[in-house]
Amino acid sequence: MADSNTRTQRPLSPHLQIYRPMLTMMMSIVHRATGAALYFGTLLVIWWLVALAAGPDHFSYVQDIAGSWFGRLVLFGYTWALVHHALGGLRHLVWDTGRGFDLELVEWMARLNLAGSVVITVVIWLIGYSAMGGL
Amino acid sequence: MSLRTPMSKVRGLGSAKSGAEHFWRQRVTAIANIPLMILFVAVLVSNLGGNHASVTASIGSPMIAILFLLIICSAVYHMYLGMQVIIEDYVHGEGLKIVCILGNIFFAVVIGLAGAFSILKLSFGS
Repeated sequence: MADSNTRTQRPLSPHLQIYRPMLTMMMSIVHRATGAALYFGTLLVIWWLVALAAGPDHFSYVQDIAGSWFGRLVLFGYTWALVHHALGGLRHLVWDTGRGFDLELVEWMARLNLAGSVVITVVIWLIGYSAMGGL
Repeated sequence: MSLRTPMSKVRGLGSAKSGAEHFWRQRVTAIANIPLMILFVAVLVSNLGGNHASVTASIGSPMIAILFLLIICSAVYHMYLGMQVIIEDYVHGEGLKIVCILGNIFFAVVIGLAGAFSILKLSFGS
């Protein structure tokens, strides 16, 4: 870790704003963003578990928040982030084997990742709602 | 011509002195997370609409408690590794970087222990 405080007025390399947005580039950014979102979202999962261990009163309090429209919105986003990050991770595991760098294939995997994350998220929620008798 | 010493080449640890260990652990936990997360989501969905007693019985049962302990270990370690990379990429001030890295360690440990303790309490009874 070099001490970056010694940095002087050196020219900067081209940054995000310079490039035309591309799908693979957006997917890379979203992969990191969903990872960071899941990092803080884990706090909610642990909160739910601690409330469950703490007893019925705490549990129903957290369940009410999770079941509100805002709670469901956050949970829906959390589900999508989880699925998207998992599928993105699978792409990275393929690349780790040295395969899948063909440009057309990369583009195709990115689209599959995006579409798959939406479809799987919706399917999970449909199963959830039908399990609760909401469908 | 390389200026690296033969010993440095053999060790292959690079300037961070840890080699590919961070990368490798990120991948190990990533692979573990895939089946664990699928089961985790399935358990959560199957518990939707349950009351405190039924959810406690479900998550406290040995197989599911073990699954939850595994996913907490793997996922928390994975997110700790990932956040460290994000911090190293974006936080450049030396002091703030160390504060963030410490915060990341403490956050992961507190989250992981709180989750694990809750699972054990549900499983062993209050």
